[in-house]
Amino acid sequence: MTFLAVLCLLAAPVPSSADRPFILLQSTTSTQNSGLLDAILPQFTALSGLEIRVVAVGTGQALRNAQNGDGDVVLVHSRLAEEAFVKAGYGVARQDVMYNDFVIIGPESDPAGIAGAATPFDALKRIAEKRALFVSRGDESGTHQAELRLWAETGEMPSGPWYREVGAGMGTTINITVGMAAYTLTDRATWTAFGNQSDLRILYENHPSLFNPYGVIVVNPERHPHVKVEAAQDFVDWLVGPGGQAAIAGYRVDGQQVFFPNADAQSGS
Amino acid sequence: MSGFTEELAGALALIFSGDAALWAVVGLSLQVSLSAVLIAAAIGMPLGASLAVFRFPGRGAVQVLVDTLMGLPPVVIGLMVYVILSRSGPLGVLNLLYTPTAMIIAQVILVTPIIAALTRQAVAASHEEYGEQLASFGLSPRAALATLIWEARPAIITALLAGFGRAVAEVGAVMIVGGNIAHVTRVMTTTIALETSKGNLALALALGVILLVLALGVTLAVRLLQGGPQDTRAIS
Repeated sequence: MTFLAVLCLLAAPVPSSADRPFILLQSTTSTQNSGLLDAILPQFTALSGLEIRVVAVGTGQALRNAQNGDGDVVLVHSRLAEEAFVKAGYGVARQDVMYNDFVIIGPESDPAGIAGAATPFDALKRIAEKRALFVSRGDESGTHQAELRLWAETGEMPSGPWYREVGAGMGTTINITVGMAAYTLTDRATWTAFGNQSDLRILYENHPSLFNPYGVIVVNPERHPHVKVEAAQDFVDWLVGPGGQAAIAGYRVDGQQVFFPNADAQSGS
Repeated sequence: MSGFTEELAGALALIFSGDAALWAVVGLSLQVSLSAVLIAAAIGMPLGASLAVFRFPGRGAVQVLVDTLMGLPPVVIGLMVYVILSRSGPLGVLNLLYTPTAMIIAQVILVTPIIAALTRQAVAASHEEYGEQLASFGLSPRAALATLIWEARPAIITALLAGFGRAVAEVGAVMIVGGNIAHVTRVMTTTIALETSKGNLALALALGVILLVLALGVTLAVRLLQGGPQDTRAIS
């Protein structure tokens, strides 16, 4: 029975930080893994006293969680899915926040020779023709949806043993890509901040089709009355306002800017 | 590879230098998993002992159910608890999703079948040994059960440790119902998953070492506190 007594002692009440007001942000792995949210959210919390609790999952899952009412605000990157979310009445409005871009990474030796490709579609075509290993997120995330749009442009959807859908987050996918010496599509922020790059390199970059915009949406209180809509709106106002935009522009990974604020260019929802 | 070894050494040094944020994560892991084991023991020990001693209709079915639940993947438990605790779920109004309480609930579901099944086995053995003796004392069923559990305590402590090991090492369920929120629901295993996904493999591995040390510490503490040689059986 000593054991149980010790257990009781050790299992003292779980601390709750519920005394401080907070909102729940459903966001994507790229904003968390790149270190952006860790850098900018404390600035907002210091100003407002409002804590932002981040659940970082893929864009698809973030929107689904928010649709279930398990979040006050979403910050994701899949424009079409975001607009559908708002149109279905789950979100109040979508606002532009920032963008970065996608890059195609692969082994330094570049077996499919994509480094000289003219377009990302051309690069993917070369990978498919060479049957070179390509790792796909396969998780309906924003990056996965962008990848599928790029493949659609090549005229043929990928299939075959060389095309590996791993159903994982961006970082895990890069780890797998490293292990297989394969190609994959990643956002630049996650890649730049990634600690296990091994001998992978950016082999294709800088094309308008690789544009990767992020949007922010307050969850609709008409669907979910418990949503802390005022606090969530305060956060969104800061994020798209001068303070938040400057914080995003100021964030550096290894001296490199990886997110570019663009809230000024917004057209609302 | 030498770069990695260096990194690992650096990560371990950082960890053992007593980083406050890290120790908060370790503390939360312990609190969540020990709470879960405590609750699971309160349910699983009487349940397992009853299954070993009493004959009642449906006993076989319950036994099969308990054994089957031992094999339930944590991620499925996480999903079930998410669906129930989600704002759109039946218990959404309780507002428990993404809290340590939600993680405890998931781990209780994970651990209870293990404790129940192992307790059943242990108590069945001690029942065989002392059952008739106890019956001759004319003890109430409840008192007899308590005595049998007490007699089987070495095996039951092993069961509790197995339950704790499963709870503290689990990642899939707590990731879904806890959300891996920094300072709120981030525990050892979800931190390891996060650092791995950032490509910080050395740091992730170093955290794994801590988890191992933690498990060792709990095991040693329990063995120590168990006190006295295990074969002095004082039945009175």
